Amino acid sequence: MTQVTGIKEIIKPENLVYKKTSVMTRNILSYCPGCGHGTAHRILAEIIDEEGIQSETIGVSPVGCSVFLYYYIDIDWQEAAHGRAPAVATAIKRLMPDKFVFTYQGDGDLAAIGTAETIHACNRGENILIIFINNGIYGMTGGQMAPTTLPGMKSSTSPYGRDVKTMGNPLKITDIVASLPGSYYVTRQSVHTAANVKKTKKAIRKAVQYQKLNKGTCLVEIVSNCPSGWKMTPVQSNKWMEENMFPYYPLGDLKTPEEESVPKK
Amino acid sequence: MKGNEAVAEAAIRAGVDGYFGYPITPQTEIIEYLMEANPAETTGMIVLQAESEVAAINMVYGGAACGKKVMTTSSSPGISLKQEGISYIAGAELPCLIVNVVRGGPGLGTIQPAQSDYFQSTKGGGHGDYHLIVLAPASVQEMADFVGLSFELAFKYRNPVLMLSDGAIGQMMEKVYLSPFVERSKTVPDWATTGKPATRQRNIITSLDLDPNRQELFNIKLLAKYDEIREKEVRYEEFQCEDAEFLLVAYGTSARVCQKSVQIARERGIKAGLLRPITLFPFPSKRLNELADKVKGMLSVEMSAGQMVEDVLLSVNGKVPVYHFGRMGGIVTTPEEVVENLKSKFLKD
Repeated sequence: MTQVTGIKEIIKPENLVYKKTSVMTRNILSYCPGCGHGTAHRILAEIIDEEGIQSETIGVSPVGCSVFLYYYIDIDWQEAAHGRAPAVATAIKRLMPDKFVFTYQGDGDLAAIGTAETIHACNRGENILIIFINNGIYGMTGGQMAPTTLPGMKSSTSPYGRDVKTMGNPLKITDIVASLPGSYYVTRQSVHTAANVKKTKKAIRKAVQYQKLNKGTCLVEIVSNCPSGWKMTPVQSNKWMEENMFPYYPLGDLKTPEEESVPKK
Repeated sequence: MKGNEAVAEAAIRAGVDGYFGYPITPQTEIIEYLMEANPAETTGMIVLQAESEVAAINMVYGGAACGKKVMTTSSSPGISLKQEGISYIAGAELPCLIVNVVRGGPGLGTIQPAQSDYFQSTKGGGHGDYHLIVLAPASVQEMADFVGLSFELAFKYRNPVLMLSDGAIGQMMEKVYLSPFVERSKTVPDWATTGKPATRQRNIITSLDLDPNRQELFNIKLLAKYDEIREKEVRYEEFQCEDAEFLLVAYGTSARVCQKSVQIARERGIKAGLLRPITLFPFPSKRLNELADKVKGMLSVEMSAGQMVEDVLLSVNGKVPVYHFGRMGGIVTTPEEVVENLKSKFLKD
């Protein structure tokens, strides 16, 4: 007979393979099953923990699904008005230049109502990190068309699909940001597979390091899914994202400091 | 110096940490003065020209939430743009100073002085139930002095303060005694977001609460604060009120005009007096109610279609007749006009 090991004998430090990051609070996430927000939050919390910067971090949360981000990550927070996070973060960083300051914004917040604040903060080269979750839809208000909604994509305010002739084209705001002299590091990632999670974590960690150099704005876009808004199962939504979102919003670096340092001819 | 310049110089001297603004006539001298003075090199004060009034007020939100002394200035159309941010600042209970050098409206209106933003300033201005503390300077000296006073009140009550000036006082040149330099504060309040040390819970600055019961409790807390402000912070000035039969009520530029009107009226045998509210919120209602027992009538003189007159009416509560007189469109009333109006309202044979 195999011996049944007691649970207490299993819970030992040497057997630990995964644990809650101490920087995450015990609050239960309000997100729908399969949503990428939770993973993005965890990556961020892990980095704050691993870099030992909890006491010097100030986050600016947006209006949108992640409006209650301050419930989940155990740092000092400011809740900004819709779209205004980059302006709020500008003042925080200018007044407390030694702190690590970031915003966490969705596509409606960053690329529609907050376009001016986004562009101008990046154009001034504010020394902040912007984490941009792009799921192509307004999740919190129930699945309306976003500035990043794909052509033909259905939403509650484009029920017959986004008609680019009357509703405009999806805005590649990350590409615009990369073209501004004030931005320092601009990259587009995802969190839907383990490999992508690793890449995103690496990108955010780089951005944390870059902020210490005081060289300009870092923006990490995370192309993500919205199973509820897209009316799909989590698995379907990830497949749909790979097949439809990634061709329009290709993953990878848009601007890196290495490229910057090469003088243009 | 100009009223606008006085605000700028007083801000540097008051140890302000950050100024965020956007140019608009008739108050652009404030940011120009600050940019030229370059206080980053002396006191360490940050001066930033934002991309819009909307961005500027949200920078104020961010700075105020760090426990810093921060301010913005604008004129009427720009203040309208700031209302979203001001509502959030009031909802998050953040201290800051907003200066409105008022011009005539509505819309783009005119760049000439007016007092037509009284309702917007004293009744909230943006969405939701809230009040700003509103100070109304009537001289260049007061524009300078009220900077320090505003921050004192703002931090005492964790409430935004609005200095309601106008294009005349902003542009007018007078002699000013400037306060000595105050060092920028090295400490911040315990609620400020400065990075969470292991020794305390995280600080969250927000105006959001989806639970109606908790939100109502918060509204009640705000009301209690406003009641305390009404109780303790009313400021006004009386001019020849002792034996007055007719009372002029006016603030800012109109009060300057009315002081002369009182003299002219008395030369003509009309016993006039002037009450000048210095705080528009809290409004000197109690004092006006007392004076209503002594006078035969009141005339609210404003460069508007009649806004403060509603607060005078509420204060007097029907004891004596109350009328409004005012010019609009950027026109400053003359002292003679006020006297003529007083006569026509109260002394018709």
